[in-house]
Amino acid sequence: MSAKRNYGSLYAAPQGLWLLLFFAAPLVIIVAYSFMEKGLYGGVEPRLSLDAYRALANPSLLLVAFRTLLVSLVATVLTLIVALPCGYSIARSGNQSLRLFLVIVPFWTNFLVRIYAWIAILGNEGFLNDALRALGVVADPVQFLYNQWAVVLVLVYMYLPYAILPLFSTIDKFDFTLLEAARDLGATKLEALRLVLLPNIKGGLVTAILFTFIPIFGAYAVPLLVGGKDSYMLGNIIADQVTKTRNWPLAAAISMTVTVLTGLAALVFLFRSRKPAPQSVEEPAAPLGVAGTSAVPSGGAR
Amino acid sequence: MKGSDVAVSALRKSFGNFEALKDVSLEIKKGEFFSLLGPSGCGKTTLLRVIAGFEDPDSGSVTIDGREVSGLPPDKRHCNTVFQNYALFPHLTVFENVAFPLRIKKVPSRLIKDQVRRHLALVQLEGHADKKPSQLSGGQKQRVAIARALINEPSVLLLDEPLSALDAKLRQHMLLELDAIHDQVGITFIYVTHDQSEALSVSDRIAIMDGGRVLQVGSPQQIYENPKSEFVARFIGDTNLFTGPVVERQGPIARVEAAGYGSLLVEANGEAPVGARVTVAVRPEKLRIAGSPPAANPEMNVFRGVVEEPVYSGFQTKYLVRSVPGAAGQAPGSSLVVFRQHAQWSEGVPDIRWKDEVYLSWSARDAVVVETDAPGHAAAVDRPAGTAAAEAGAAVRGGEPPDPEGRAR
Repeated sequence: MSAKRNYGSLYAAPQGLWLLLFFAAPLVIIVAYSFMEKGLYGGVEPRLSLDAYRALANPSLLLVAFRTLLVSLVATVLTLIVALPCGYSIARSGNQSLRLFLVIVPFWTNFLVRIYAWIAILGNEGFLNDALRALGVVADPVQFLYNQWAVVLVLVYMYLPYAILPLFSTIDKFDFTLLEAARDLGATKLEALRLVLLPNIKGGLVTAILFTFIPIFGAYAVPLLVGGKDSYMLGNIIADQVTKTRNWPLAAAISMTVTVLTGLAALVFLFRSRKPAPQSVEEPAAPLGVAGTSAVPSGGAR
Repeated sequence: MKGSDVAVSALRKSFGNFEALKDVSLEIKKGEFFSLLGPSGCGKTTLLRVIAGFEDPDSGSVTIDGREVSGLPPDKRHCNTVFQNYALFPHLTVFENVAFPLRIKKVPSRLIKDQVRRHLALVQLEGHADKKPSQLSGGQKQRVAIARALINEPSVLLLDEPLSALDAKLRQHMLLELDAIHDQVGITFIYVTHDQSEALSVSDRIAIMDGGRVLQVGSPQQIYENPKSEFVARFIGDTNLFTGPVVERQGPIARVEAAGYGSLLVEANGEAPVGARVTVAVRPEKLRIAGSPPAANPEMNVFRGVVEEPVYSGFQTKYLVRSVPGAAGQAPGSSLVVFRQHAQWSEGVPDIRWKDEVYLSWSARDAVVVETDAPGHAAAVDRPAGTAAAEAGAAVRGGEPPDPEGRAR
């Protein structure tokens, strides 16, 4: 045993150092700041205070929190509605690699550039309005940008690949004969998908939801660039507290609340989805000598 | 009799350039245990999937009880399928798997409980209702799949190589159980298999398929004893094949100048005129093997040879016997396969061993003409059995019959 030393922790050291420097340390700083008094020109005064947390009860802040939740839910649901058929068709297609490649292509362009691309499409002088006017559908440009729907649209676009990829990988492992079996047993196409496909790709669904909901909940750039005054989200409030209002403890307190709440929600969600399915109504009666009359090895779990 | 008639006619189905079904027509009777037997790629599974509704035929019709069903989706057909890999729903318990079709039909829970219990009893799985499929053995999964397919009370049950994933012993057992279930529910079973022993042992009738066509339909006895083509003769069981022209007819008996084996007699029911080139098959168990020449009999064929390979398998020994030089008409390379049953095996019975010189004999009535080529036509297929050896005049090792799986069973 002692002849072979376990170098596992040594190999893990770089990653540990990285996490310590760029994840744990900032988190500790934010926690600490959230319990301090705000400095006059930004920064913090190193005195213990709960002012920041008291300020959370502010109705306008709660309104933004509620809106953020709503936008995140709507955007996540829409993302899943688009991602499910995409993942399904990629998994069933003959040229998976090409299609996956196409899903990943947008990542080669900077996040901000892609948001600006949407502005170029949806703006008053954008492609879409130009096309609509050229076709004579509208006379004056339609205001697509700077509202809640623009935010949702661009968020769905941004996080679609994060939902497609995990969904694809679970659907790819799904045994499609199960759908045939369901159809054979009397289920319509939709029933087969709902009763057999969905329960069997739960893992991918959970991952897709977490990968979209959590980043959307903390969205900052999208609402800032394509949203209006009424589409501010928590991310924007936090940024404003740091850069404009200069209330760092409040920014830290909001961040902490969001982190703790989404963390807890994710944990609950993961835990619930791992729970075994409810037992059937049949009571587990195992009369001896009834089942075991054959040469079948009973209980040979594989 | 419960169940339905199933008929397919002039079915064609292609996948890209591959023609899976080329003009297939079959009539399956109510309540029949009907097997589709053939090597992999012969189209048997495609045919089953067309009947189930998973594939639409390119042309042709499928009728169940005289009603055209092609174009109907699987959920609108009165047949259910037992899949090769069972296709149990992994997220549901055994109970819920079997209950699935009833839940779809919105049957009240009380009735579901009752029916599921009845069907689990049918397949002897009462104690396993709450297990997940992953906790079951292969044989148990198979039973769940059968119970689930039967709970809708279909009039036709389609079975796609249902036993292929089980080990040999269990397969035998499940086969008998399937037969018992068939007797009990009385519906039409259409059973796809590549295993001839499975098909022979339980089927009422068998269709032999190859290359997208049905070659022969008949009872297991007809298929085995009277194959209508060389393929069928080779595919089912071991067989000895001869080819040559008919040189003489005397009533039903034809004399065939078999290449490599000399002049042989065969009972040909009018289908082999003098001059026709025929292929003749004799099953190895029809041959008698003895250390001395058989008593003279005008309808007996005799082959002299040396035991080259005795293969002992308990209930019988299989001998490969190769021609000895000097025997009339026999080419040096020709050989025959013979089975000798050990019905009265005892110390006193003279054993036949390796290198022994033996006489094989068989009656003309036990030989069947499996293929006839009209006079003037060249044989369609090269016959490996003796022909090459005879023509080349060299000791080419030929005449060994194909080795279909499961001959030891």
